[in-house]
Amino acid sequence: MPGKLKAKIVAGRHLPVMDRASDLTDAFVEVKFGNTTFKTDVFPKSLNPQWNSEWFKFEVDDEDLQDEPLQITVLDHDTYSANDAIGKVYIDIDPLLSSEAATVISGWFPIYDTIHGIRGEINVLVKVDLFNDLNRFRQSSCGVRFFCTTSIPLCYRAVVVHGFVEELVVNEDPEYQWIDRIRTPRASNEARQRLISLMSGELQRKIGLKVLEMGGNAVVGYLQCFDLEGESGLVVRAIGTACTLEKLSGGGATNNAQHTANSSPSKDMKEPVFGDECPSNPLSSGPSTPLRAPPFTSFSPSKSYSRQSSSSDTDISLTPKTGMGSGGSAGKEAGPLKILLRQQTQTALEQREFPFFTLTSFPQGFLLHVAGVVSARSVKLLDRIHNPALGSTRSYKLLDWSSCSADEPETRDAWWEELRQEIKSHARALGCHAVVGYSESTSICEEVCILSASGTAAVLNCRFLQDGCLDVLSEHRCDDSAPPGCGFCHVPYDELNMPFPAQLSPCCCCHRTKVPDVLFTTIDLPTDAQVTGKGCLIQARLCRLKKKSQGEGNATCISNLLPFLEYELHTQLLNKLKLCGMNALFGLCIQISVGENMLVGLASATGVYLSALPSPGGIQIAGKTPNDLTYDQHVSSIQRKINDTIVKNRELYEIHITEVAEDVIGSPIPEPRQRSRLFRSHSESSDELSELDLSHGKKDAFVLEIDDTDAVEDLHSLLTDAPTPPGFYSCNTEIMPGIYNWTSAIQMFTSVRVFRLNNANLTNLGLNKIFNELCENLLKSLYFKLRSMVPCCLCRLNFTVAVPEDELIQVAVTAVAMSFHKDQTQEANKAAQAHSQMKAIAETEEQLQFPLELNAESASPLSPKGSGPQDGSNSHGRAPSVDYSSFADRCSSWIEQLRLRAHTIRRGSIKTSSSPLPEGRSRSLRSTRSFPGSSVSVVKMTPLSFIPGAKIVKYLGIINMFFIRETTSLREEGGVSGFLHAFIAEVFAMVRAHVAALGGNAVVSYSMKECVFMENPNKNQAQCLINVSGDAVIFTRESDQEGHLPQTSHPQPTEDTPP
Amino acid sequence: MSVELDVFVGNTTIMDQEVYQLWLSGYTVGDAVKVRMDGGVLDGCDASAEVLRSDTMDQFRTFQMCERLLHNPAKLANQLLFQIPPDRQAMLIDRYYAFDDAFVREVLGKKLSKGTKKDLDDVSSKTGILLKSCRRQFDNFKRVFKVVEELKGPLVENIRQHLLLSDRLARDYAAIVFFANHRFETGKKKLQYLTFQDFAFCAGELISHWTVGAMDNQLEDMDVDLDKEFLQDLKELKVLITDKDLLDQHKSLVCTALRSKTKVFAEMEASFKNLSRGLINIAAKLTNTKDVRDLFIDLVEKFIEPCRSDRWVTIDVNLYLTHYINSAHILDTFKHQAVWNSLWDELFKMLTDIQHVTVCFLVKMGMVASGASAAAEGTRATAASSEEPVPVHPTQFTTSISFSFRDMLNVGCRAWPHSG
Repeated sequence: MPGKLKAKIVAGRHLPVMDRASDLTDAFVEVKFGNTTFKTDVFPKSLNPQWNSEWFKFEVDDEDLQDEPLQITVLDHDTYSANDAIGKVYIDIDPLLSSEAATVISGWFPIYDTIHGIRGEINVLVKVDLFNDLNRFRQSSCGVRFFCTTSIPLCYRAVVVHGFVEELVVNEDPEYQWIDRIRTPRASNEARQRLISLMSGELQRKIGLKVLEMGGNAVVGYLQCFDLEGESGLVVRAIGTACTLEKLSGGGATNNAQHTANSSPSKDMKEPVFGDECPSNPLSSGPSTPLRAPPFTSFSPSKSYSRQSSSSDTDISLTPKTGMGSGGSAGKEAGPLKILLRQQTQTALEQREFPFFTLTSFPQGFLLHVAGVVSARSVKLLDRIHNPALGSTRSYKLLDWSSCSADEPETRDAWWEELRQEIKSHARALGCHAVVGYSESTSICEEVCILSASGTAAVLNCRFLQDGCLDVLSEHRCDDSAPPGCGFCHVPYDELNMPFPAQLSPCCCCHRTKVPDVLFTTIDLPTDAQVTGKGCLIQARLCRLKKKSQGEGNATCISNLLPFLEYELHTQLLNKLKLCGMNALFGLCIQISVGENMLVGLASATGVYLSALPSPGGIQIAGKTPNDLTYDQHVSSIQRKINDTIVKNRELYEIHITEVAEDVIGSPIPEPRQRSRLFRSHSESSDELSELDLSHGKKDAFVLEIDDTDAVEDLHSLLTDAPTPPGFYSCNTEIMPGIYNWTSAIQMFTSVRVFRLNNANLTNLGLNKIFNELCENLLKSLYFKLRSMVPCCLCRLNFTVAVPEDELIQVAVTAVAMSFHKDQTQEANKAAQAHSQMKAIAETEEQLQFPLELNAESASPLSPKGSGPQDGSNSHGRAPSVDYSSFADRCSSWIEQLRLRAHTIRRGSIKTSSSPLPEGRSRSLRSTRSFPGSSVSVVKMTPLSFIPGAKIVKYLGIINMFFIRETTSLREEGGVSGFLHAFIAEVFAMVRAHVAALGGNAVVSYSMKECVFMENPNKNQAQCLINVSGDAVIFTRESDQEGHLPQTSHPQPTEDTPP
Repeated sequence: MSVELDVFVGNTTIMDQEVYQLWLSGYTVGDAVKVRMDGGVLDGCDASAEVLRSDTMDQFRTFQMCERLLHNPAKLANQLLFQIPPDRQAMLIDRYYAFDDAFVREVLGKKLSKGTKKDLDDVSSKTGILLKSCRRQFDNFKRVFKVVEELKGPLVENIRQHLLLSDRLARDYAAIVFFANHRFETGKKKLQYLTFQDFAFCAGELISHWTVGAMDNQLEDMDVDLDKEFLQDLKELKVLITDKDLLDQHKSLVCTALRSKTKVFAEMEASFKNLSRGLINIAAKLTNTKDVRDLFIDLVEKFIEPCRSDRWVTIDVNLYLTHYINSAHILDTFKHQAVWNSLWDELFKMLTDIQHVTVCFLVKMGMVASGASAAAEGTRATAASSEEPVPVHPTQFTTSISFSFRDMLNVGCRAWPHSG
């Protein structure tokens, strides 16, 4: 009996009229938890009842506390007939179970009915008294925190990153039970909502237990998904990364440093670190890594790889060597200890069943090398034979999945296990011992299910993975990690044992090790990555027709098509990347959806130009019939067009290769070294230019032959992509390289489109064109809608495709538009970088706040003896000159920004009703919420893990909600669009209400996991299921924090902290 | 190949004021897209008409969903469905409740009933305002009327508080409600030259001086009903025309005062009895509901038109009225101390003061419009005369009210230029 849940029903408002005669309602409330139900008195004849009930107390196990939601039903009392339900509120009380999260839930919740939508609001107060249970065999895992955020949450520090946790729960879907034929749609929907709420509660509890077993206290990057498998049941599965987190006591500038570091790759400041190192052991890094200097891959088409999995044993034997090699790259004379530790890590990871991490961005120094994307897919048949217990004869009992389907999760588990093994072996083949940015997804059509898993093979630093290591290593932090700016690009695999052919070239930043010519990853751009110019969203889109068939035949057909689909998506991505003049993809997400008669593939990623990687070659067009003169002309005209586009894109994304050289000059690195490097970068950039013109004959130029219809198709998709309109940027990652000064104006949105293909006789080509246009038009619409926010960047553009019916394609987009200050000069920009970088460093130094000068100094003692004091002093001497060289310039831009800020503050103050409050005053936040005029507090929502210009002071708990909405009067509700529009707005409203009730004012890492829409216009019916998740937080405005910022010589101390 | 479903939902509801206006004006999506295209929204954007259509559809849907909330503006502030910044909320409400002067001129003084609503298509074709917009405006009138019908206290304040409207709109709605309640005749041809703002000004004056609320410190009842007692008292003014002696004395007093002050003195002298009779008769008949309805038309017929035919200008009207009241006051003190007690005496002084303010104000306006035709001047004169009966009323004034009257005039002063 370790918990007491208390609930109080305060009041209702805006209730619907339930009694037509009086135009009023006699409302009362049922409060249910588990099997206990309480009722309030009837408040007669009012649409704004004041129940002010007593405290209803539930004495329950903490196991139940985790699994069950508090269920509040508002009813209309009727003397003669059955009471009519007005609607329900489900409250997940999980946030109350952790001492660090919310302490009370109090606020107005929309009363939701699955048929009518929101029908008024109810004010509820919920508290939990928890008694500690130290029983080791307990089944509950209260207190384990869950975060959707795929990075270490902003006000925490990762002490240990334990690793991958997963769990899966199966039950039969109430929608497919026999009783569904006789009950009302409302009852069926509610049963489903409740079941899923219960299942996710159970899932979270089970994962929590695993985390406790591992010694962790939190799950980061928690990703929960539903598979609606129809007749064969309902699967709820989740993956995450177990961590031990420690709350940062300082709280102050840390997370703002984190996010500004996010938004500004370190450049100048990092330079001294490896600049110092380089002369000291220019050779040691070479010879000590004979096995190193590796190959590259970007992509591993699943099918071809899954064949290799049997041979991956040999790969495994290779890994320790590569691991040592990569250790050697950074290790110096003091090496042995480090190598030992490295081996420990290696073995620690080795021992782990799946060295996977769902995180996409990492604490500095965590990620050593990145090899490329690994992915695996498998096609499965959802056969009812797998779960015979789920026959239609079983009587209806909502919660007995534990008895009925005990063996069922095993099947699903085994499927995923297979896939994960495959991923693991792919990673090994790439010389990596871990997979980061890992995610899993499914696509189901009838009885065929495609399971997909993907991630990025990587080599990690051990220090976060083991308990003991941290203290030892924190002292050697700097020399332990590879050069931060480019280190992660260095290939971890062995050049002689390349898993597949790839071109390697020396790193353009440090020239010590090899880098691939292109890098594909599923993670976010590392905070310290050196990037030239800005990034952009790159999408590959593909449709493939498929014959309609059943069962096994269908599955075979799909699995035969898959590798081709993936290959083509990959080619398209590569082409588009080159067309943008870029050389790396981040946040790659490939979705393949299966429909009855087609497969749809959509790959989205953010392209960037990594300074460390060689400049991409052009695209060369070749015709097969060279004798035909007109044809030649055609070819050359296309060639010209492509070349023009590349040049234009370089201009657009500010990829000026020569500017890299200037940056190098500006950076405080030792003179002699700098000269040579400068020279090289010059030569490279001239290479670059000539490449454009003379792309023929260049070995890395990409050749497209346009005789072949596929190539025509490629070309078509290549050239039809419209560039983003001026003032807009887009990416699907957390941050956009090259944009630093966000304003506080953010606008999260969801857009859904369903496209009907009327023409039955479509070719692949025609289908592709349609799909392409659909996505392009959707993007154009977004740009148009958000034109008032210009200059702005659409971040975390998350596309999901589905094929809900025969001839329908559904595309859903969720993203956030964030505006930024445009008129920053290059100099201000640079200063901002240096500044934020300094903060980033300060962050790694456990939040000690260093003045700028200290940093340069702190770097030099850490560098090995041979580095020479003269280098240190040199860097010392140069740094200020960089700062003051364009003082006036910056001052003017500063004034400009102040003006802008004043402007945005004015705007901001309208949007944010709650004034910034210091930490620990969440309660008072709640009390100030009701101010005259508007009693509704503003809740911001964003798919990102941070809020620009603000500091997250507290995480209140995970938001994970599932809603069903159904209508039998589709036309009356404005057709399908009207129906879905209202539903999405309602979902937003309910998320906001829950966050506000927890005392929060924002949701970060928000995502819409599922949006299943079904319609039957003939019957005037439609149904939609939406699953959303995110982290409820309290943030305060940066202006509050400015006093905390370190004092520096910069004229604009808050340059990088947008207002 | 068609887009089956297309929605965009922002966490902060995105609303374009221009699109909102198109929606309010009753445009269909197709027409709105055309208007927007012609307006050049797409200039500088790489977007097709399809994109514009999708955007327009989205916003129209949003507005439609908001409409339910706009019917009860207080709800808009604490609803949870749409996250709308307070300044936007205010904009939404104000624009929703805004109305076309042309439309309101058609409906002003009519009963806000289903019958009137049925005739809206005629109004629509007459004014060129789309039927949908007419219906919205009509429903707004009706809604506001219903909300304040049962409420106590000052009318303008009630409207402002319960419907969260701006000062100006609240004042206009008060006028609409007041006119609808008394069903003042405003549609006659002779009244056509008057704008809504002219009537709104009159309504403001009537509300502050003739209603029950104006009498008893706004506690007892609402502002909508005219004070019966006061109307009854007005009957006593008849003595000014029925008593031959009085009438003559009054005339001579006025004429003495006016002599050599105006070009139209001869006409004034000639028509004094007629005009005085006309005014007093209107005042005396006001106990009759039917005559209340005809107040404005009577004023025009019995007072304004004779003045105009004699080619008076605004200044003349003002002068005349000032002295008419002043002299009546003197008359009373001399001749009828038995009838007019000393309190009334005091009040009369006050009246004169107020009349003076009014006249000054009107003269000013008249001067502004002096270049205009006699008809335009007539407009001003009507406005002046419409509140002319006010000063004749002897019971109500206290100092505080006189100040509120001044305030009213100031507000009216701001509103005035728009009415011309």
